[in-house]
Amino acid sequence: MTAPLPSPGAPLQHYVSTAPFDPMSVEVMTDEQAKIHLASQTRLMWWKFKRHKLALASGIFLLLLYGMIIIAEFLAPYNLHTRNVDFIHSPPQRVRLFHEGQFVGPFVYGRTMQLDLKTLKRNYTENRKDVEPIRFFCRGDSYRFWGLVESNIHLVCPAKDGQMFLLGTDRLGRDVLSRIIYGARISLSIGLIGITISFVLGIIIGGLAGYHGGLFDLLVQRVIEVLQSLPSLPLWMALAAIMPVTWSPILIYFGITIILGMLDWTGLARSVRSKLLALREEDYVLAAQLMGAKSPRIIGRHLVPGFMSHLIATATISIPGMILGETALSFLGLGLRPPITSWGILLTEARSVSVIAFYPWLLFPMIPVILVILAFNFLGDGLRDAADPYR
Amino acid sequence: MVKGVNLRVLPGKVTALVGESGSGKSVISQSVMGILPSTGRVSGKILFTDPLDGKTTDILQLPQDGEAIRSLRGSRMAKIFQEPMTSLSPLHTVGNQISEVLDIHTEATKDERRAQTEEMLGLVGFSRPSRTYDMYPFELSGGMRQRAMIAMALICRPALLIADEPTTALDVTIQAQILELLRELQHKLNMAMLLITHDLGVVANMADEVVVIYHGEIMEAGPVDAIFRTPQHPYLKGLMAAVPHFDMKPGERLKALREVPVNSDTLWAKKKQIENAPDILLSVRDLTKTYTTRKSGLFGGKGSTTVRAVDGVSFDIRRGECLGLVGESGSGKTTVSKILMRAVTPDGGSVSFDDGHGRIDVLAAEGDALMELRTKIQMVFQDPVSSLSPRMTVQNILSEPLEIHGRGDGAYRLEKVRALMQAIGLDQRYLNRYPHSFSGGQRQRIGIARSLALGPQLLICDEPVSALDVSVQAQILNLLKDLQKQLGLTYLFISHNLAVVDYMADRIAVMCGGRIVEIAPREIILRNPVHPYTRGLLAAVPFPDLDRPLDFETLQASGASDQRAWGAQFSSDGSGEGLAPADLGEGHLVLARRSVDARELRSW
Repeated sequence: MTAPLPSPGAPLQHYVSTAPFDPMSVEVMTDEQAKIHLASQTRLMWWKFKRHKLALASGIFLLLLYGMIIIAEFLAPYNLHTRNVDFIHSPPQRVRLFHEGQFVGPFVYGRTMQLDLKTLKRNYTENRKDVEPIRFFCRGDSYRFWGLVESNIHLVCPAKDGQMFLLGTDRLGRDVLSRIIYGARISLSIGLIGITISFVLGIIIGGLAGYHGGLFDLLVQRVIEVLQSLPSLPLWMALAAIMPVTWSPILIYFGITIILGMLDWTGLARSVRSKLLALREEDYVLAAQLMGAKSPRIIGRHLVPGFMSHLIATATISIPGMILGETALSFLGLGLRPPITSWGILLTEARSVSVIAFYPWLLFPMIPVILVILAFNFLGDGLRDAADPYR
Repeated sequence: MVKGVNLRVLPGKVTALVGESGSGKSVISQSVMGILPSTGRVSGKILFTDPLDGKTTDILQLPQDGEAIRSLRGSRMAKIFQEPMTSLSPLHTVGNQISEVLDIHTEATKDERRAQTEEMLGLVGFSRPSRTYDMYPFELSGGMRQRAMIAMALICRPALLIADEPTTALDVTIQAQILELLRELQHKLNMAMLLITHDLGVVANMADEVVVIYHGEIMEAGPVDAIFRTPQHPYLKGLMAAVPHFDMKPGERLKALREVPVNSDTLWAKKKQIENAPDILLSVRDLTKTYTTRKSGLFGGKGSTTVRAVDGVSFDIRRGECLGLVGESGSGKTTVSKILMRAVTPDGGSVSFDDGHGRIDVLAAEGDALMELRTKIQMVFQDPVSSLSPRMTVQNILSEPLEIHGRGDGAYRLEKVRALMQAIGLDQRYLNRYPHSFSGGQRQRIGIARSLALGPQLLICDEPVSALDVSVQAQILNLLKDLQKQLGLTYLFISHNLAVVDYMADRIAVMCGGRIVEIAPREIILRNPVHPYTRGLLAAVPFPDLDRPLDFETLQASGASDQRAWGAQFSSDGSGEGLAPADLGEGHLVLARRSVDARELRSW
């Protein structure tokens, strides 16, 4: 109960609450508070991350995608290099469920090709009689799973002696969908390998600069400024041109990741350095020093855990840059070379305007690029918000 | 958060809202200003009657951030924030920020705005308002920024001023000045003022009516006389008993609201008392540290300014005593403590430590000797938030020093950690919790436990209670006292609050401008302070006692550390004569001119 206020102007009465005073009542916690208070740092971050629905969805999407590239051979209906010479530049086929009003399950209509002799354009017409049901967990093109196990089981395949090009085919009659699935393997992993390289470089160089300061710090800062002032595209091109033409495609793949990683560490090194400078001023670091802790212990136990969450968030945001970099390089013909297939390589098919005008489905590889980059950005955004659960 | 609170603020009067942090004080002030975060829900009425036109509006009925509330905010009611360092924009000049309020709420032209702003700056005590107008906040000290904040709040002559802990972040001497200023302006402008604070001393000096809030509920309310002369509710009585004051008898204990049981029996086996151990544990001689800031101009103009952070400091700490070190911020207290901890290297001087196992030259110790020294001198930090690593559990925090020094195995460490928890009166079940789940006082106790882990002889406490509420302060002070008694510790206790130091210390050293200006046993320095700076500090401590108001007359406007006001005996200005400690007997030393004798100093 609280005292009523006196009428305006009247003197205030001395009011004493009848509530008993329990000095400990402020320290009593509700169950919910106790739950928060007992939670570790990681758990708090997880709770906060969960509330960012878009980031959570992006995270799940990316997990699925990375899970997919492990079993790409199984998921793709065709092999990477399977040519269907009868179906060059075939447009995407529609999946249907009903044939003449009757439910038959997912199927595509077969199609026949006629060459227009005036324009040399291939015209495909659907044959409404020819129902080609899609098979699941079926035997199709044979492949070596991970280059080790011979197999020919696919998640989906076309009907026996039929075709199924859900996203169309390219100039050699290769299925675009299958090639996108295979290309994800290279495009997505190049980001991870590249970021690992730049992560290691960034932490070591930025950490040393931040912790020791002095001449080394000065030197590193200037190098970073020079690297960041170079226009990135010409630099990539120059570095890519250095790689001998005689290298095998797989060597080129690693060369490209190293180039991307070497150019990307600057931003990370800077954020490591500034975070270290800020954390070094915290009293608990001083306390550890005064207890006699040596530098490796202070860095390992106090500083690194303090900024690791930030770093992971920063790294997540810079993966899309890597993916885009690879795509751009490959598109320009300076990056990966066939037979290695990435999304960038697939897009090289769509380099001329006439191709895009006639065969717009060759631009489909752009969609996964866009989705992945958006997902990484949302995920990084959510991680960054969650990285500091106390603020 | 807040349950059924009724309170009023009369025009021309001051209502004080008193409570601990987390009691809901700020929620009330935010609802009045209409700036409550959108997650909060308010019900009830907040009636605001403007004395200009007598119209009454219910603030809660106004649309949030609407036209109506915005025209009230800043113009008819204004707020002063706690933290002067962050509440001014660093990118705009002081005058610019103040006149912005006029720009929003009045039709005044640019020149009129400048004139009015300068007038207000003069009113809040800037000696040259036209210069201050063009200064940036970083050029001003904390106290001066708070003055600028007050000018900003008052520029439109509001009917209601809400001061949310306006002096908590300031030194006592600056606090006294700001309080005087607020009171003077409040009378002059006939404003209503809602003063929010946790410090009963401030309340006794400022308020007409007092409302005591605890855990969102009003415990006691009434005119200031009734509250201080006949406190009724156990909470209020408890709060009053928790404030240290100068009249305490030696050995008298503060009554903390929440007393912590101290039990250090299991902490470590009773130390063998070393026979004929020297009386003096730590001896500091002529410590000097200067900081040089280099300025290099764009066109090669170079200059450097030298700041003497520590200037010829000498003192001894006796075994088992508590030496208090008092001074305002910037007086060099913390630098001294960091030098003793080897976190800062001094330019000159010597420090020696002797616990009966042979003398250690603190400044020269390296390698194993330094590690050994680290186990003997430890530190308690000021900020309970930043001094504990947020990524470690309490158990990890407490066992870390043991791990660093390779003491025992896991089981031994766990046992030791449990004993430490017992010593600071925390429940064993909290071992796996993270620092964020503890209150400020509890964190500070964990910090104390960590510093005790290695069994130190000397504990340096750097403002251990200045970031805490008064009610928690008594608890920590008592804990430190009990630990000292049970473990035979020696303390160097640093604080800017003389009343706190007085409660803890056996001897007190007063520091100003990097020098120790007066050092004496506690009773002497309180009964018979000689140095004007010490007197200034003593006069600036507000008491929760209506019969001992702050004497605003003796508090110099320029602050106690202004050497010009000290009198010729104490300042070295204008003569080549140096200053030296003059011995007044009974261990009472005062920094004064060499030629002045003790009798002259006493009669000053």
